[in-house]
Amino acid sequence: MSPFDPDWAHGPEPSGSLYEDAVWVAALLAIDPVGLGGISIRSWSGPVRDLYLANLKKLYPAAAAFKKMPLHIGDDRMLGGLDLPATLAAGRPVLSKGLIAECDGGILLLAMAERLSAETAARVCAVMDTQIDAQQRPVAFAVIALDEGCDADEAIPAALQERLAFTLAATGLPGDVAWPSAEVIETARQSLPSVQAGDEPLGQICALCEMLGIGSMRAALFALRAARAAAALLGKPAIDNADINLACRLVLAPRATQMPTMPDDAQPEDQTAAEQQASPEQSEPHTEREEPLQDRVADAEKTVLPPALLAALAAGTGPKRLARGAGKSGDKVSLLRGRPRGTRRGDLRGGARLSVLDTLRAAAPWQALRQRDTTGRKLIIRSEDFRIKIYKEAAETVAIFVVDASGSAAVNRLAEAKGAVQLLLAQCYVRRNQVALLAFRGRAAECLLPPTSALARAKRALAALPGGGPTPLATGIQAGRQLAEAEKRKGRAPFLVMLTDGGANIGRDGKAGRAAAAEDALAAAKLCRAAQISAVVVDTSPRRQAFVARLADAMGARYAPLPYADPARLTRIVEQQGGWRASSAA
Amino acid sequence: MAFPFSAIVGQNEMMNALIIAAIEPKLSGVLIFGDRGTGKSTAVRALAALLPDMAAVTGCIYACDPGDSSSLCETCRANQLKGHLLTHRVAVPVVDLPLGATEDRVIGALNLERALADGTKVFEPGLLARAHRGFLYIDEVNLLEDHIVDVLLDVAASGENVVEREGMSLRHPARFVLIGSGNPEEGELRPQLLDRFGLCVEVRTPTDIPTRVEVVRRRDAYDRDPAAFCETWRPADMALRDKIVLAKAKLSAITVPDAILEQAAKICLALGTDGLRGELTLLRAARALAAYEQADAVKLEHLRAMTAPALRHRLRRDPLDDSLASTRVERAVAEVFAA
Repeated sequence: MSPFDPDWAHGPEPSGSLYEDAVWVAALLAIDPVGLGGISIRSWSGPVRDLYLANLKKLYPAAAAFKKMPLHIGDDRMLGGLDLPATLAAGRPVLSKGLIAECDGGILLLAMAERLSAETAARVCAVMDTQIDAQQRPVAFAVIALDEGCDADEAIPAALQERLAFTLAATGLPGDVAWPSAEVIETARQSLPSVQAGDEPLGQICALCEMLGIGSMRAALFALRAARAAAALLGKPAIDNADINLACRLVLAPRATQMPTMPDDAQPEDQTAAEQQASPEQSEPHTEREEPLQDRVADAEKTVLPPALLAALAAGTGPKRLARGAGKSGDKVSLLRGRPRGTRRGDLRGGARLSVLDTLRAAAPWQALRQRDTTGRKLIIRSEDFRIKIYKEAAETVAIFVVDASGSAAVNRLAEAKGAVQLLLAQCYVRRNQVALLAFRGRAAECLLPPTSALARAKRALAALPGGGPTPLATGIQAGRQLAEAEKRKGRAPFLVMLTDGGANIGRDGKAGRAAAAEDALAAAKLCRAAQISAVVVDTSPRRQAFVARLADAMGARYAPLPYADPARLTRIVEQQGGWRASSAA
Repeated sequence: MAFPFSAIVGQNEMMNALIIAAIEPKLSGVLIFGDRGTGKSTAVRALAALLPDMAAVTGCIYACDPGDSSSLCETCRANQLKGHLLTHRVAVPVVDLPLGATEDRVIGALNLERALADGTKVFEPGLLARAHRGFLYIDEVNLLEDHIVDVLLDVAASGENVVEREGMSLRHPARFVLIGSGNPEEGELRPQLLDRFGLCVEVRTPTDIPTRVEVVRRRDAYDRDPAAFCETWRPADMALRDKIVLAKAKLSAITVPDAILEQAAKICLALGTDGLRGELTLLRAARALAAYEQADAVKLEHLRAMTAPALRHRLRRDPLDDSLASTRVERAVAEVFAA
């Protein structure tokens, strides 16, 4: 038979129709929790999700742990370690068990998983991979990640997503439907090891992975395990096609990065939409279609910008800044990492590190007094003596490029603007900034590249940027501000680099009209200033435009006209600096 | 029980690079670039389980090597002067350096428990100490924070961890094979850190169906019954272990003919690699490969095989140029070795 059976895409197979998909997911996970890793549920909190979780919990033995991990959890609490206050009180080491270890045999719930830091996710993933906790004891658990993100760029860390077999969307959560009983699950769990899998199902799964453009071998393994769990649930001695179809629908379909190359389009439309949302970062270069580029990037040599513009901007000396919010934007105080910066009084929650010397120093004057109450101990330290270390951490900087790709800009100097962005990108590389790329034209702004430190991707996105259409300047500024604010919330230091010729002719409401569009653009610029976002506005029109300068002023941004460079003269300069040309032409 | 190294399917370049790095620790590491789910972590953990136990000084927190008196820690050196060092055998350590690890955990810190309970100043070794003589594995190395990278760079270069904090002043040996893995699409690596890795390999998911089936089949068999699976692969693993042990013993006896030195210099010149580290690494890797293949001298084929892993991450490159370094290396290899 064909390795790709379109039936799974059309609807449930006989065995698949027994339960709703989301119920299948919960049941399969309950049967093989460690093998399948877990579920990420993309849904806001609400009665439907609560009902689903409550039903899911009933599939496990009553004693099984079901623990929620908050975002702000510290390492000591997550992985376990020395409980310092208890150690001091008891006078002997007291070890605390970590939350992950407490979840042994049950479920670890990650609340607001889309806000989970990559570091915390890495720790959870490490325990999932090795199944050994920080104290070197075996631990087995499944993860349910509650992803409450609303935008496409708010997603759970990729490393974690990769280790969870299933993904559910809010629309997939069932209401009042049939669930298998805990007894059925227990029976299936017992029979799971004896379920046979032949070579044919394996071949089918691998062929499907290939067709759907799924690179990771974990996906294939998850599909196999899911199929085996499904067969166990139905009391079958071996995996059959229905189990494969179910497993592929539940595990592989949400991970697909490309449409299967089939003679007839078997895949429904909505599925591909969900796929693209689920895996925005997986649009690898090799899956990209070879479209004729509508525009070409000008050689970087064609444009000249003041050198070290970004450096000055990021350091806070370049753009006009408001008096409020003094201090270098790049730094923040941290209890965990960075360069040491002294100590302060505080308790030991959240992984703060005790400064022993300062603690002892703080406790010293009180020893005589305390010895009167308690005798027999050399040194008495109370929790109020604790001094914790603070560190200065350099925040990551994100350069957000907002490029005007409208018709007027294209006629003027889009190619050169692209060249300018390339030069700035090279500066970003030196400064190890992250970059993001937004473009606006027609009636909308589009995020071509979410913040990344992979500059080659930025260059590709830029090269593929077509030009043409009217100029929705206000929408572009607004999109830039929104992205900058989102980055601020993530603890990064954003700054905007805006490239426009200022020919605004589409207002925020999408209607044409120069005057209204200009007003809207200025209003959007003022919001940027209010949000205290550092910015630079590069004027790409042939001659300096007073309006662009006004716009920069309204944004509190630095105004930089893109000087018109004579290509011939530039080439000469470049040739004199041969090395530079060689590297950019490579 | 780790997945047996010999049971890993495909990924020959990665496995060879790991073996070469195990034979010649002076190469100081392997960088593995590739997508998720291509078996990077599995291979690293499997390799450590494969290697034979090593002799270590009994009671030494750094597991000092009794056979190498130049790398002993201060305590062991003092004990050696007094007399005989007791030894025992320990497994080669593989230490995970997780993202977001604090400097305290990496460098080591004052042992709080001892300091507060009985007022003694005792050093609590960090990850660097635990990785001494073994492997330090960093998954998603390109996402590692800069201040941890700073620490790593210094220690990896000097083979010694110098602790000057919390009223402590000490140094201890920390020589490890650095193994990093990551996806270059997710972030760039600092050139200085890139340089610390002797070899760099790129792994891809196998694209032919039979290989993929075999990967899943073996992993599934392992998951269902690890003990039986490992038993099946034990002879293959043992044969490989013996080969590595033999190669390590033979390494110093391998000669490098002048013609090979010349070729190595030529290829580095053709690729324009910075500094001499490229040539040195290339020669060391070629020598380790020759030892692994039980040759008496480095031959051109060894040099040729190691050129790409030893040099592909050392090309001076434009950050915005995403054309694969491997292609450039291949081209240069064809030109230089054809002449």
